[in-house]
Amino acid sequence: FSSSKLLNFQMGVRQENGTPRKLAPVTEEEIADVTDNEVRKYLRGEGANLEVIQDKKLKGQLAVREELYGKSAKAAAKAEKWLMPTEGGYLDAEGIEKTWRIKQDTIAREVDISSSKKQYDIVLPDFGPYTLDFTSSGRYMAAAGHKGHLAIIDLQNLGVIKELQVREAVRDVVFLHNELFFAAAQNKYLYIYNRDGTELHCLKEHGAVLKLQFLKNHFLLASINNFGQLHYQDVTTGEMINNYRTGLGRSDVLQVNPFNGVIASGHSGGTVNMWKPTSAAPLVKMLCHHGPVTGLAFHPNGHLMATAGMDRKIKLWDLRKFQVLQTLPGHAKTLDFSQKGLLATATGSFIQVLGDFSGSQNYSRYMGHSMAKGYQIQKVSFRPYEDVLGIGHSMGWSSILIPGAGEPNFDSWVANPFETSKQRREKEVRSLLDKLPAEAIMLDPSKIGTVRSARKKEKPTKQEREAEIEAAVAAAKSVSLKKKTKGRNKPSKLVKKRQQGIERAKRPLLEQQMEEELSKRKKRKMSEDNQLPTSLQRFARKTATA
Amino acid sequence: MKPKKKKVTDPNPKGWLQPEAGRKKYPRVFHNFDPNLRTQEKAVEYVRALNAAKLEKIFARPFIGAMDGHRDSVSCMAKNPNHLKGIFSGSMDGDIRLWDIASSVRLWSVPIAAAMESDGISDSSNKPLAVHVSKNAFWAADHQWDGDLFATAGAQVDIWDHNRSQPVKSFEWGSDTVISVRFNPGEPNILATSASDRSITVYDLRMDSPARKLIMRTRTNSISWNPMEPMNFTASSTSYAYRQMKIAIAIAMMLENWMKPNVSTKIMLDIDYSPTGREFVTGSYDRTVRIFQYNGGHSREIYHTKRMQRVFCVKFSWDASYVISGSDDTNLRLWKAKASEQLGVILPRERKKHEYMEAVKNRYKHLPEVKRITRHRHLPKPVYKASALRRIMAAAERRKEDRRRAHSTPGSMPKESMVEDELRKIS
Repeated sequence: FSSSKLLNFQMGVRQENGTPRKLAPVTEEEIADVTDNEVRKYLRGEGANLEVIQDKKLKGQLAVREELYGKSAKAAAKAEKWLMPTEGGYLDAEGIEKTWRIKQDTIAREVDISSSKKQYDIVLPDFGPYTLDFTSSGRYMAAAGHKGHLAIIDLQNLGVIKELQVREAVRDVVFLHNELFFAAAQNKYLYIYNRDGTELHCLKEHGAVLKLQFLKNHFLLASINNFGQLHYQDVTTGEMINNYRTGLGRSDVLQVNPFNGVIASGHSGGTVNMWKPTSAAPLVKMLCHHGPVTGLAFHPNGHLMATAGMDRKIKLWDLRKFQVLQTLPGHAKTLDFSQKGLLATATGSFIQVLGDFSGSQNYSRYMGHSMAKGYQIQKVSFRPYEDVLGIGHSMGWSSILIPGAGEPNFDSWVANPFETSKQRREKEVRSLLDKLPAEAIMLDPSKIGTVRSARKKEKPTKQEREAEIEAAVAAAKSVSLKKKTKGRNKPSKLVKKRQQGIERAKRPLLEQQMEEELSKRKKRKMSEDNQLPTSLQRFARKTATA
Repeated sequence: MKPKKKKVTDPNPKGWLQPEAGRKKYPRVFHNFDPNLRTQEKAVEYVRALNAAKLEKIFARPFIGAMDGHRDSVSCMAKNPNHLKGIFSGSMDGDIRLWDIASSVRLWSVPIAAAMESDGISDSSNKPLAVHVSKNAFWAADHQWDGDLFATAGAQVDIWDHNRSQPVKSFEWGSDTVISVRFNPGEPNILATSASDRSITVYDLRMDSPARKLIMRTRTNSISWNPMEPMNFTASSTSYAYRQMKIAIAIAMMLENWMKPNVSTKIMLDIDYSPTGREFVTGSYDRTVRIFQYNGGHSREIYHTKRMQRVFCVKFSWDASYVISGSDDTNLRLWKAKASEQLGVILPRERKKHEYMEAVKNRYKHLPEVKRITRHRHLPKPVYKASALRRIMAAAERRKEDRRRAHSTPGSMPKESMVEDELRKIS
């Protein structure tokens, strides 16, 4: 334990008038004291308002439950204070020294040897700009060079588990639920490989994928391709959940919001769209920049989003109100948030790490790092549970130390960097049992289990109606007609039958439309009738005359 | 100048990298309860609730076994509070047996011949300790929980002492036969009886006259006191409802709760409380055994078998885990009180897991998908159709009443509560 966590015992403090105070043993309350702030972190929102409930029994039951929540939050805060084995990293600048002027080699000199080992540069100039992905425990890394080099590296001993050369362009790589499987977006199709380098699947439906993301809780692989089509595939059953045309052309910015599982894509018009697998229209459309969006990143708590655009601005958005919190100048080709909320932005060969130190969502410069001139940075990614930033660039990949970036204490049941194979297998089974359905993705995931407010039945919009008719016609067209024998299979008859099927499919929808229009007209008439004074209403005409 | 302070997260506290000696088999587990590390908790809980509901249905096998031996239908049962494993059952031809529930073995029985004659029998254990004779037939009997007296019901309610051959006290109210009697577990001097004039009467032995009488709409077949809240008792009747009544200190009886099995032909023949006081079980004429919550509502559970005919008596076991039903087909059946419970010794981790599953299922049990699964029961066709019929009939009655009220002057047809409907008279 770090000494800062221990209590200061009061050992017979001499008071001013010289008489020693009695030795007071530390009381139970003092040991158990946790501040409100610490407890609030575990409370998951405000408590319910019980005053409005009139049913006394229900009120009593809910009061008991709220008390239980309070107790468990307090217990969790106490556990954090006393049971966490590690403290986070930090960077202290003395005097006029500024933290962003501190270079990596000075850091390496000050920290212990095992941490300084985490700073390295791997130079592989032949295989193109590298993109990286870490597993959720931070132990394994997949690196993919644009010219076809795929590698999985165990970062604890920096050993290469497997590397292979696929001899075509690889644009993105992502791990699936654990280090055994990864997906690589190659030139024409999407491929899934095993840890041993065996190609397991070739997913042709996705097309020429530009960016990949994996939704961990839902086991969904999301991809966006050359034509701006978004595909969601369930990797446990292999079922393609849905695919949507974004309609906004080629886009190569795709990020998943870990808080709610929503996928955000950035487009060349400056818009950022947020998607969920069960609806064709995006959940949210935001106009973020005056030029194309070049980078996107989500804070782990889901309320903060950073976007970078060609208009030389990096904007921080509050996702609850969809408003800009802060605008910072600069380009950024790639952005990433760390577990503790540090934001890394990279452009060209310069990386800037921004941090929020005042607690008021005001990001300021924390650290910077510039690489050698010819290095074009392709991707930055923080390593989970470590104070390390992985950088994939045109000459290979590097890793630098960013104190205070990673969460110092991991939870063995969530992500364990020191997993044995038995634990990994158990975890795989458990997470499959807890696999969330694709319908559970929504902007506010805490709405599950709450009462949905009664909505008026919305009339379908014109587009939706047309889409319905289209769908019905398509279904009717896809029906295969039986081939009759004995000369009854004339092509003209087949065509007629098909036309009849299509009309039959369309008819109920068109009838519905007609009915709605009639009722609308009637309502209008009724309202018009009511405008006349009562004595004249008998003379109001039911039908319009010339 | 002071050295610059930089610190990076300690990579190997507590031996993460090299497991300590002796810990390779059981690696150390660390916890961090930060909500940011676990996203979408509610969705995960919902999925777990759904899985829990499904697993509960998979493991729901309530029937354990049947005790075969009687030669006529089983009409009554008795359980001894000091012995967990035994249950007495009496059949309609006079056969009394003591069963060992755990092994389904008959431990002791009184053959019919012995019950009739009191001499000429070799085995002395089959001889009754005392025989009391009365001029009228007996319908029911019950013993005080704490004391020497027992009560019989027949033409009137008689209170007997073990050593006397004549009743100590006799209560009579009205001229109808009393068909069931039960002593209060908490207050040894109070007993409740039901008579064939659709009444329920409460007597106090310390007073000379009966304390309170309620006349209901239908006849009550059986009464059971709540062992945990002895001022409440529940009565089962020939109509579709049960009641729970409260006896306040001033002996004012109030109709409290209404249990709805929602079927019209479901004459509830017997009722027994669980020792937890939170549930009770009823056996009915429609060949089902139902378990209800103590505070009303639809039945939590319904047990039926093709081979089980009219259920004449039910008992909850003293450890609240089993239900024993005696029925017309001469069998005593042993059921689990919670159909998907794991019997036997449960390891602590298993028990924790069961408790968690139960809790998470209860948290989301109102959501439609989970509710659909937990509510689902296979019912025999007569029971299912009867409940549907009952629902239609009740809806029709309600609709007609609403229309009558809508077409009459406002206020001329006051709404009658269900309580008043059932309770005809209090005296």
